[in-house]
Amino acid sequence: FTVGTQALRSDKVTFHFINRDGEKITVKGSPGDTLLDIVINEDLDFDGFGACEGTLACSTCHLIFDEEVYKKLGRVTDEEMDMLDLAYGLTETSRLGCQICLTKSLEGMVARVPDSVTDIRQSKDESA
Amino acid sequence: TEQVVDDMLIILSVTVFSVTFSIAIAALIWKYRQAHQDVEVDLYERLPVPYGLVRFGVAPDHPEVKNVINTFTQTAKHSRCSFYGNVNVGKDISVEELRQAYHAVVLSYGADGNRSMGVPGEDLAGVYSAKDFVGWYNGLPCCQGLSPDLSCETAVILGQGNVALDIARILLSPLDILKKTDITQPALEALMKSQVRRVLIIGRRGPIQVACTIKELREMVNLPDTKPEMVEADFEGVADSIKDLPRPRKRLTELMVKTALEIPGEKERERRNKASRVWGLRFFRSPIEVLADPNNNRTAGIRLAVNSLEGSGEGARAVLTGEVEDVRCGLVISSIGYKSLPIDPSVPFDPQKAIVPNTMGRVHQTAGLYCSGWLKTGPTGVIATTMNNSFDTARSLVEDMVSGSLDVSPAKPGSQIITALLEKRGVKPVTFSDWEKIDSVEIRRGESNGKPREKILTVQEMLQVARA
Ligand SMILES: Cc1cc2nc3c(=O)[nH]c(=O)nc-3n(C[C@H](O)[C@H](O)[C@H](O)COP(=O)(O)OP(=O)(O)OC[C@H]3O[C@@H](n4cnc5c(N)ncnc54)[C@H](O)[C@@H]3O)c2cc1C
Ligand code: FES
Repeated sequence: FTVGTQALRSDKVTFHFINRDGEKITVKGSPGDTLLDIVINEDLDFDGFGACEGTLACSTCHLIFDEEVYKKLGRVTDEEMDMLDLAYGLTETSRLGCQICLTKSLEGMVARVPDSVTDIRQSKDESA
Repeated sequence: TEQVVDDMLIILSVTVFSVTFSIAIAALIWKYRQAHQDVEVDLYERLPVPYGLVRFGVAPDHPEVKNVINTFTQTAKHSRCSFYGNVNVGKDISVEELRQAYHAVVLSYGADGNRSMGVPGEDLAGVYSAKDFVGWYNGLPCCQGLSPDLSCETAVILGQGNVALDIARILLSPLDILKKTDITQPALEALMKSQVRRVLIIGRRGPIQVACTIKELREMVNLPDTKPEMVEADFEGVADSIKDLPRPRKRLTELMVKTALEIPGEKERERRNKASRVWGLRFFRSPIEVLADPNNNRTAGIRLAVNSLEGSGEGARAVLTGEVEDVRCGLVISSIGYKSLPIDPSVPFDPQKAIVPNTMGRVHQTAGLYCSGWLKTGPTGVIATTMNNSFDTARSLVEDMVSGSLDVSPAKPGSQIITALLEKRGVKPVTFSDWEKIDSVEIRRGESNGKPREKILTVQEMLQVARA
């Protein structure tokens, strides 16, 4: 059974998040888990993340990827794009974490949790 | 680093409880608490039931949006957090009294008023505000007397935001969709008898300035048994400016143009041919008068001014051309915006913007007073937006506690004194476990109707169930 456990263990995919403070957090997840599942399972403390519980109704699970990683993530549905359009700090390589399933090919990849840009915008407005 | 003071309790009241702020405050305050001192948070809410617009605003056919309630429930059940429902702040208890009792008070009471059209005929039978109409189908106690007359064929909605599209969808949705939602039974029954077959959604400006978001528009486009009815001329020149728009605006405009102008494929053509109901966006029109039927003094139509646009893009202004147009309709719903109202004379209020003047959630000229949600920003934005701005307020508050600009050294009595005052005034708050009784009764009643919940429609019955 040692072999079995090892196989099981190596099935896990290592994934990194960069939180709003710029800290890198390394976690392991099983293929098929969504990135939102991982955030919840690992109890990662990203304020307000995943408010609609992965039902494509909130865009709080917004994540930003490097271009090469983004390309590996596969097709984006219209519905995901629709919700993404409401996300703060939308970029060309933004995705919704609840719509991305972990696969072996994402081993070692990084996703960044975007800042809430309200900070910057409002303090500018006020000082103006 | 900050010195830890033992046994010191910072007492905050969140007035008024709102889902978005409560989640934000939970996240940040608990973090602060681990690092510094203990914090207690009390939530005061006017109604015996929590969740504000998430319960009484968000459309019944958007159950996913309401999942945010689960995160809130975790907050409310935190041992350092208490819910006091059935307390009307500004009436049962003043903001001043709360400020005396707590180190900090956060106002998050939303936007309860509505902008009026300010046109003759606005008071005719058959004219409703979106706020009341939404409150009616969502079970807001004060709107249950509305019983809107749905006996006409054409309904006009003024305003093209998401609320307008919610209402259009509710008016046109097949009943077998609605009857599986938590829409109230009286609203469902009224919709069963509804004669409304055509809904026109009218905006002052053009397609590029439309206020709704693409998710809501796509829902209209895909709504079973309906077809779009647009005016080609409204889209003149729009295709040319699409490419320069930012992505969200671009995709929204593309979907609108496609729906309005593209010749549908065979499958879509067949779908449209079979459709028994019609929806349409109308642009460049402002209401100038609701027209009455002289026989019964009910709404018979609406007179619209024809506008042209000055400038381009999001900042374009509608200017009158002098031309007018009458549209026959028996129902007019004005959906031109919610509006926050002042809660208490002691709280600064900007009547122009209808918000509490603030910097990053710190209320101007009033130390220890904060605001968040729609009250802070004005009534726009989805839950994600509101939650983000609430996190900002929570951050400001925590910053002030850490920096000492919020003086938390004198001990404060918190809910103890407020509960005593309320008792003296004959007000009996509803606790979170009382609400859970209401919740389970609603869910049970819903089960027997095949719905996720059957909302209780009067404050009186809510209180009865809570205290049973
Ligand atoms: C019709 C409608 C549909 C919407 N649909 C969606 C959607 O599908 N998706 C989405 O993401 N967003 C939607 N939104 C937006 C979302 O509801 C808001 O962004 C959010 O709820 C605003 O939160 P708030 O805390 O500012 O106000 P609210 O949620 O209104 O909370 C304010 C609370 O204060 C209480 N209160 C008011 N006055 C007093 C008083 N004097 N004393 C004590 N308590 C008081 C109220 O009862 C209420 O519970 C919708 C909004 C509306 C109006
Ligand atoms: S969790 Fe709401 S959209 Fe992903």
